[in-house]
Amino acid sequence: MSFVSVRNVWQKYGDRSILERVNVSVDEGEFISIVGASGCGKSTFLRMLLAEETPSKGEISIDGGIPAVEPGIERGVVFQRYSVFPHMTVRGNLLAAEAFGTPLGRLPRNARKAAQDRAQATLDRIGLTHVAEQYPASLSGGMQQRLAIGQALMATPRVLLLDEPFGALDPGTRLQMHDFLMELRDETGMTVFMVTHDLHEGFKLGDRVLVFDKPRWDPVDPNVIGATITYDFDARNQGVPFQDILEKYPMLAAG
Amino acid sequence: MRLINRIPNRPGAVLLAALPFVLLLVAYSVASDIRLTANPSDKLLPAPSTIAATAERLFTEPDRRSKEILLWNDTVASLARLMGGVGISALLSLVIGLAIGLLPYARSLFSSFIAVLSMVPPLALLPILFIVFGLGETSKVVLIVIGITPFMTRDLAQRVLEIPKEQIVKAQTLGASTAVIALRVALPQILPRLISNVRLSLGSAWLFLIAAEAVASNVGLGYRIFLVRRYLAMDVILTYVIWITLLAFIIDWLLKTLSRRAFPWMEAGL
Ligand SMILES: Nc1ncnc2c1ncn2[C@@H]1O[C@H](COP(=O)(O)OP(=O)(O)O)[C@@H](O)[C@H]1O
Ligand SMILES: [Mg+2]
Repeated sequence: MSFVSVRNVWQKYGDRSILERVNVSVDEGEFISIVGASGCGKSTFLRMLLAEETPSKGEISIDGGIPAVEPGIERGVVFQRYSVFPHMTVRGNLLAAEAFGTPLGRLPRNARKAAQDRAQATLDRIGLTHVAEQYPASLSGGMQQRLAIGQALMATPRVLLLDEPFGALDPGTRLQMHDFLMELRDETGMTVFMVTHDLHEGFKLGDRVLVFDKPRWDPVDPNVIGATITYDFDARNQGVPFQDILEKYPMLAAG
Repeated sequence: MRLINRIPNRPGAVLLAALPFVLLLVAYSVASDIRLTANPSDKLLPAPSTIAATAERLFTEPDRRSKEILLWNDTVASLARLMGGVGISALLSLVIGLAIGLLPYARSLFSSFIAVLSMVPPLALLPILFIVFGLGETSKVVLIVIGITPFMTRDLAQRVLEIPKEQIVKAQTLGASTAVIALRVALPQILPRLISNVRLSLGSAWLFLIAAEAVASNVGLGYRIFLVRRYLAMDVILTYVIWITLLAFIIDWLLKTLSRRAFPWMEAGL
């Protein structure tokens, strides 16, 4: 049984088909990159994984559970922008991840110390201790995204969803963010879906790269046919498959 | 150099800012002087010195009959009505605005109703308010509330709707309930807007207050102005007008300072 399973999912807005017949199974701990032309429905797919919207047909489930109807604690998310709360300091944003689950969004006194320790540990981990008391607007784009990722991880989601998280960053910062994300991922072993418009980034970070595209074109009305997953590349070992086949099946080397 | 690129230097800017005030004062003095030389008992444009003397008398000398200083009584009564009305409006608009902005059910329920309500001219309702609530304090406060709440509510609801969807989704992925999203995500972000709405609405609030006091009252700044109009006491009227302007200015300044102190994150990006 796969960890995330997407079974025959369709999405229509009005009579416009955006996605159709999307099927994919993902194992726990896999890093899935999603690429495709702009406007082909990548964010729509991510919103359905997030349960921000429900598919018009088909089902998405995590770990065999019933399909979710609204976003919740088991799915973390980082968007290209606006993923942190502008009215809270950096530290406040991390503490929010601890406090928002309580009935009034405030930590009870006895839980405060432990939460503050965890927030401090995350601050150290994402390298933002020196700006802990500043507001997000005064941080650079890279720092804001580090904060957004750290905040999402504090809620320990089962699946992390990233929608072009580095799309607004300059190339140098983007490379740093790649290292940062890969380290975090090695530490936590979490399952990640990342939409990107940068093919190179997709192959560099992902275990698999899913390509979304329209399988065929309706000659009269392009809105009739939605996009689906047209390729599912194995991106491990620099994208060259079967590199480790001899380790897995030593008997093949016998002859 | 283009006119749009010409910028006054610091002393020049101060001078320019002061110019309209000085011109107004000079124009008034000259006009008053002309009338008073023609007819020393003219009441229409009292000399600035007369106004100053009247102001001093109004602020310090108690009334002969009641032994109280009327101007202070008027000020306290008017400010209490103003604060009451504006306070109730602020609270109402905050609660309803949050509900409309966050809850689709509340949006369906309220938004057209409030759009229509904001078209009703409040002063036309004044007679109804006097009939329903009597001539006391209630009708004056209610007039202010009816007059400014719809605008403030619509604006706050709009502000809540403008909060990026990403933030609302993010809060949900951190486990936030509707109440937590309202209290910890939406509310703090619209509080600065509430204050600027109050600042904007205070002008209308004064208008409604003075209108209501002029029609039916026995104390209040608006009441006094309309009372002394019968004796053509321009010096008293002008003193009251200047005093009301000063009060409005001080309240506005206090709110502006409060906003700057209370919401440091607003300026973090500047
Ligand atoms: N809520 C919506 N209602 C109607 N159309 C939408 C909605 N959201 C997205 N779309 C349309 O669906 C298409 C796919 O959008 P999106 O998933 O954002 O593409 P992308 O692959 O660039 O992320 C776009 O053409 C967009 O206009
Ligand atoms: Mg997108």
